[in-house]
Amino acid sequence: MAHSTNDGAAATISITVEFTGGLEILFSNERKHNITLPARLDDASQPTIAYLLQHLVDNLMKDDRKELFIMEDNVRPGILVLINDADWELEGEENYELQQGDNIVFVSTLHGG
Amino acid sequence: MAPTTCFNCKEARAVIIRPKNRHKLCRACFIEVFETEVHETIIGTNLFFPGERIAIGASGGKDSTVLAAVLKTLNERYNYGLDLCLLSIDEGIRGYRDDSLETVKRNAVQYDMPLTIVGYGELYGWTMDQVVEQIGKKGNCTYCGVFRRQALDRGAARLDIQHVVTGHNADDVAETVMMNLLRGDLPRLSRGTSIVTASGGSDIKRSKPLKYAYEKEIVLYAHHRQLDYFTTECIYSPEAFRGSARTLVKDLEKIRPSSILDIVKSGEDMAALVPRDPAAAEEENTGGCGSQNGRTSGGEMAAMEKQLTENETAEAHETEIQLPQKNTKNTIKNPKAVKSQTLGHCERCGYISSQRVCKACTLLEGLNRNRPKTAIEVGMEDEEGSSTLMRQMERTQLTNS
Repeated sequence: MAHSTNDGAAATISITVEFTGGLEILFSNERKHNITLPARLDDASQPTIAYLLQHLVDNLMKDDRKELFIMEDNVRPGILVLINDADWELEGEENYELQQGDNIVFVSTLHGG
Repeated sequence: MAPTTCFNCKEARAVIIRPKNRHKLCRACFIEVFETEVHETIIGTNLFFPGERIAIGASGGKDSTVLAAVLKTLNERYNYGLDLCLLSIDEGIRGYRDDSLETVKRNAVQYDMPLTIVGYGELYGWTMDQVVEQIGKKGNCTYCGVFRRQALDRGAARLDIQHVVTGHNADDVAETVMMNLLRGDLPRLSRGTSIVTASGGSDIKRSKPLKYAYEKEIVLYAHHRQLDYFTTECIYSPEAFRGSARTLVKDLEKIRPSSILDIVKSGEDMAALVPRDPAAAEEENTGGCGSQNGRTSGGEMAAMEKQLTENETAEAHETEIQLPQKNTKNTIKNPKAVKSQTLGHCERCGYISSQRVCKACTLLEGLNRNRPKTAIEVGMEDEEGSSTLMRQMERTQLTNS
């Protein structure tokens, strides 16, 4: 692995991730999660939302029904993503580069009302 | 990335992109625009009259919670003079409805509205927990849907209220349109799109003030106003929200967000061509579990047969019906205007029904006899038919890019 490109091997950023609108059932019924990610990835790029999605599926999601959260490597249609309270479409969607202290909210719109 | 400023006030940071027109709005402008549009729908359709008593069908979910919040706001802002209250149905599902009813109870305090809860247990002698215990999970939504429809009416009647509003949104209506279009269910296509439905024999009027509101915006409205709503899915229908028409609508929205309102508008236009059939009014699904929209298993196929014959007769009227746009909106069905099927009252419970015994009583008879299968005989075939359609739809799912 190209870990030598990292500025500091231990450099990390921490963000909060929230699941609401019923999505919390896929994540151990916990609404709010504190997530720590490497500040730089192996290729020296910053972690993005796309990276976060993979991280969540690999590490945080205990439920087997991955397709309820992810479809074709992206967020399932019907799930809203808010980056610091703004629609992720305003921030570059899955290419948004995560910053220290960011708050990312996933809201499912798919439940009854 | 520099923050985008609001399209409206040109000052604050935009946090929303509106699905219908891609406008980027800040929190305050979004909330105001959302409320104003619901207001325009209400005014444009003459939905209410001053002094009217309105029961808000409240499930504790996002749609009805937003509906209650918006109606309270608008009622005060524009002096509608409405007397608003909350009406909830307790299906008797432990771990689901009891939790969501807690949300409704908090809403009653937050919005300062009286709350009435009507239970399946007291109305029918069966809670959904007991129904499921007897018949199993398969097909229990049929019971729940039939019972709920009557329960809202009965609750409103108990309160002496003639108008019940529900939280159905544009996505729900679009989903219903797609579903009924694919099924070829014209009567239901017509009913599903109109903002007001009133069944002949029942004096309770139903309406959906949020029918032009995107589900996405409803969720964002709830989020940005930090409304208190309940989000766990029904334990007896855990997969319901994966319904195919739902998926189709969501996939279309992803490709082109305006398509939801386009479908609603198309549905309205197509509905204008459908001859009225009051008898079918009984079939209307009153929701509460959103995802079940347009998916009730009723006598739709049988009614369909009859409807197709009627359509031929109606063809002569087609150009005439097409003309006024407003025909599709705010149309109150008048059973006396139409021939064939006569609406009467159920001889057991007195509820409006085209049959001697209404569907709820038929289901109850089966439950009470411990032989549910015979009781839903009428619905069985239809259910099968629609599930075949559902499977076919499964294959029509669009892939999003």
